[in-house]
Amino acid sequence: MHYQFDFGALLPYWQSFLSGALTTIEITVFSVIIGLGIGIACAIARRSQVAVLRAVVGVYIEAVRNTPFIVQIFFIFFGLSSVGIRMPIIAASVFAMVINVGAYTAEIVRAGMDSIHPSQIEAAQALGLSKFQIYRDIIMLPAIERVYPSLSSQFILMMLATSICSQISAEELTGVANNIQSNTFRSLETYFVVALLYIAITYLMRAAFFGLGLIAFPRRRRLGLGV
Amino acid sequence: MFGAFSTNHLIYLLDGLLWTVILSALAFLLGGIAGFFVMLARISRFRWLRRVALVYIQIVQGTPLLIQMFILYFGLGVFGISVPPLAAAGLGMMVYTSSYLGEIWRGAVGSIAKTQFEAAECLGLTRWQALQDVILPQALKIATPPTVGFLVQLVKNTSLASVVGFLELTRAAQVINNSLFQPFLVFGVAAFFYFCVCYPLSAWSRSLERKLNVGRR
Repeated sequence: MHYQFDFGALLPYWQSFLSGALTTIEITVFSVIIGLGIGIACAIARRSQVAVLRAVVGVYIEAVRNTPFIVQIFFIFFGLSSVGIRMPIIAASVFAMVINVGAYTAEIVRAGMDSIHPSQIEAAQALGLSKFQIYRDIIMLPAIERVYPSLSSQFILMMLATSICSQISAEELTGVANNIQSNTFRSLETYFVVALLYIAITYLMRAAFFGLGLIAFPRRRRLGLGV
Repeated sequence: MFGAFSTNHLIYLLDGLLWTVILSALAFLLGGIAGFFVMLARISRFRWLRRVALVYIQIVQGTPLLIQMFILYFGLGVFGISVPPLAAAGLGMMVYTSSYLGEIWRGAVGSIAKTQFEAAECLGLTRWQALQDVILPQALKIATPPTVGFLVQLVKNTSLASVVGFLELTRAAQVINNSLFQPFLVFGVAAFFYFCVCYPLSAWSRSLERKLNVGRR
């Protein structure tokens, strides 16, 4: 059977594609920024002296990392609405994403913190740095610098995962595609276009993280270690 | 008013879990075979073959699995090939798995010192013999922890097969939730089932990694 590709049928929808892509980027940016904060806080809590705090954070991280995102988002979105809490779909999407990003980031940042040699901290203590200074300058910054490549690729994976938000009918790129394909019956073409847009966003994010790395870690740039 | 969660629902979910495991195993088997060839192409002596493999990986890793599933599902449909949901979902998962495993394994092979290849060449081994007898046995040890770690991703991502109508654990939970409307309970149980499969794999991957790193401490 011959199938006639007709990408022209999609032209009138270019604005929808664009707004979908923008929504995808928006969800990603918000959830990455908030999730990074939560992740760092959890990574610090994992090393806390309080056993209860360590355990609670550990359960959170393991629960999120070992269950699918689609189940989590259904649990949150349908669960909250079943007890009468109705939040906008985008807010629910960002909420679910933040929980997810937080757990993954926490594991990566923790690995980075573990890679800081204890003698560095002892040296900082000997120099009379305060606890906050040690955490900021001796542990956190070098740790994040070290795991920056894994962090950025994790964030790109999270961007791809926003497509799952379409399952609670969020109007991001995949959700928009679902609507367009049911209007035009040009499903294959629609998803090809959307796939290209996702690849474009992936490259955009890589470029952004590369640039951000150059700004955030000047030492690395000077050492010529690459980011 | 909606009826209660009964043993029948639990059995339905367990049946879904079984299909999740079957789909994961199928994806790992097929994706592993395809991934091996992706790895071979990535370390090939022919530049064009390396390029092709790289483009394949960039495309697959640059698009969401959900979109890949839709393309396969609708794509096979428009060409008049009617496939059972298991085959469509399995094919989608295979493509996805092959690109990730191919890249993980290439990393493992790439981490073997180049001198090993050169020594094998000096001993008169062919490229294939060198790979088979010298490189792969060493790479296998390095590749095992990340491969097991990827298995967790794989099991979790089979949940996306639900969107093309494959009745696995997530789909089963959706079906039950539509009739009971007790999302916290139903999706909570589904999440618990996923956890029961994934957590041992995560823990295994971690312990393998620890063992591998013993020498480096």
